[in-house]
Amino acid sequence: MSRAENIALAAASLRKVSAVRAAEIAFWLAALAAFALLPDQALLLSEVTITGLFALSLDLVLGYGGIVSLGHAAFFGAGAYAAGLLTKMGVTDPLLGLALSAAATALLGFVTSFLVLRGSDLTRIMVTLAVAVLLKEIANRIPGITGGADGLQGVAPGPVLGIWEFDIFGQVGFGYSLAVTFVLFLIARRFVVSPFGWSIRAVKENQLRTSAIGIPVSRRLIVVYTLAAAYAGTAGALLAQTTQFVSLDVLEFHRSANLMLMLVIGGTGYLYGGLIGALLFKLVQDAIANITPEYWEFWIGLLLVILVLIGRDRIEAIPRALLRRLRGATP
Amino acid sequence: MTAALETTNLLRRFGGLVATNDVSMCLARGARHALIGPNGAGKTTLINLLTGVLAPSSGTIRLDGADITTASRSRRVELGLVRTFQINQLFPGFTPLQTVGLAVSRRLGLDRNMWRRIGSDPRVIEGSVDVLERFDLIDVMNRPTATLPYGKQRLLEIAVAIACGPRVLLLDEPAAGVPEGERGEIMDGLAALPADVTVLLIEHDMDLVFRFADRISVLVSGALLLEGTASEVAADPRVRAVYLGDASHG
Repeated sequence: MSRAENIALAAASLRKVSAVRAAEIAFWLAALAAFALLPDQALLLSEVTITGLFALSLDLVLGYGGIVSLGHAAFFGAGAYAAGLLTKMGVTDPLLGLALSAAATALLGFVTSFLVLRGSDLTRIMVTLAVAVLLKEIANRIPGITGGADGLQGVAPGPVLGIWEFDIFGQVGFGYSLAVTFVLFLIARRFVVSPFGWSIRAVKENQLRTSAIGIPVSRRLIVVYTLAAAYAGTAGALLAQTTQFVSLDVLEFHRSANLMLMLVIGGTGYLYGGLIGALLFKLVQDAIANITPEYWEFWIGLLLVILVLIGRDRIEAIPRALLRRLRGATP
Repeated sequence: MTAALETTNLLRRFGGLVATNDVSMCLARGARHALIGPNGAGKTTLINLLTGVLAPSSGTIRLDGADITTASRSRRVELGLVRTFQINQLFPGFTPLQTVGLAVSRRLGLDRNMWRRIGSDPRVIEGSVDVLERFDLIDVMNRPTATLPYGKQRLLEIAVAIACGPRVLLLDEPAAGVPEGERGEIMDGLAALPADVTVLLIEHDMDLVFRFADRISVLVSGALLLEGTASEVAADPRVRAVYLGDASHG
């Protein structure tokens, strides 16, 4: 083949990496439809969306950077408290509060990223866990600021863009969370297919080779960890603003652990894994909790075991695999 | 003319062990230089010193006359000192095109861009295709690296290094583990290296060394035993002793 043809081929296959797929458009249209058609589910869907954004942020760290974290709630919680406190201090504009909370958690992510750079997966699990535990204990010990075990009460953000007041049915909260999540998703999607984002995948694939082609590995990991912290902080801030309350629960270990489960369910490294995983997890949790309020954790656990036994493919691959089997069975 | 790569009295101790002992080497620009030596001679330590993985206990390293003894690993790559690995260090989930494309982006200083899409810069595409064509990887450029035959992976290992735009290339046993049937491909790959790139080849395969290199250095117990043309080295009794066993023992 001629050089010109090869160049055209190469350009086409690289472009395909960042091309928008039909399923993606369908996904976001479905989200929009849920907002328009399911107003009575707004509270649950708002929680799903916020958790989805939170899981997306862990995907950036785990699925792209290859950093295993069991303490991602540290940033979620920090963002929630930042947003709550800012509102109480008079910064009532939700978007401004969101931006400031994101900046604060980004700073926290930047500082703690240096701890995460050291050591292997196991060390990272312990270090991230420790940071989250420390933050929770700090929040518990300064009730004068955080409200301690009683939580931060009286968080009353103003209307979104000065127009939409948060309502008790959560409709505005859901729309607001969805819009913020969508914008942040678009930014993340653009980021991961940029040369910079690609170099972060390279770090996960092979650190030695990445540094051998002259890419500074540590600096790349610091950037992605900081960015993910800001995303997690934004998710926490959304929760604080839409529920108008912050409790120690935002820093609890189960948040970090469940987040990991959601990514296991949804799959890592394609950004939708967190969103889909959060949706399935929360819906199943909600459904099971309605049936057996006491034992829902058992059923969730059983479901996970089955999922892992069946295969750890990405959730998006399951319909295709089923189709293949059906076709294979009836030739 | 300044040497492309020059070490002066390079020394590295690990506790009481001297792994690299007073090594002074000089590679002219465009040289095809081989470094041979028995197992444990300190070849890997020397590569690690040159690439900045280890810091020397004393001595200096110069690249095109500039002192790089204390430069960081990525800085050395930027300055044009690039290596390959004895055991493949590739990105299993990337295609060769994506792998080479990343290295070309880095060379052009585009790797810090967070907003452009990969493949949007024609210079990256053209640069990548040039390298892939040169090493006969164009037919497999869109297959995941993990699924390539071993010989192709070895070629990709060299291709990535060339994509970094090296002035000096350190080849660490490029033929290691390559089955007989795919050796020809590696030889072709080595022959396809740009003439202006200075190459230091570390290799056990004497056949490959004598075919490729015009000068050879022999490293024994961390120190240079001798340096000369291929025929000089082949004829030297000390080299024979090292490789074939000392006469007094056999």
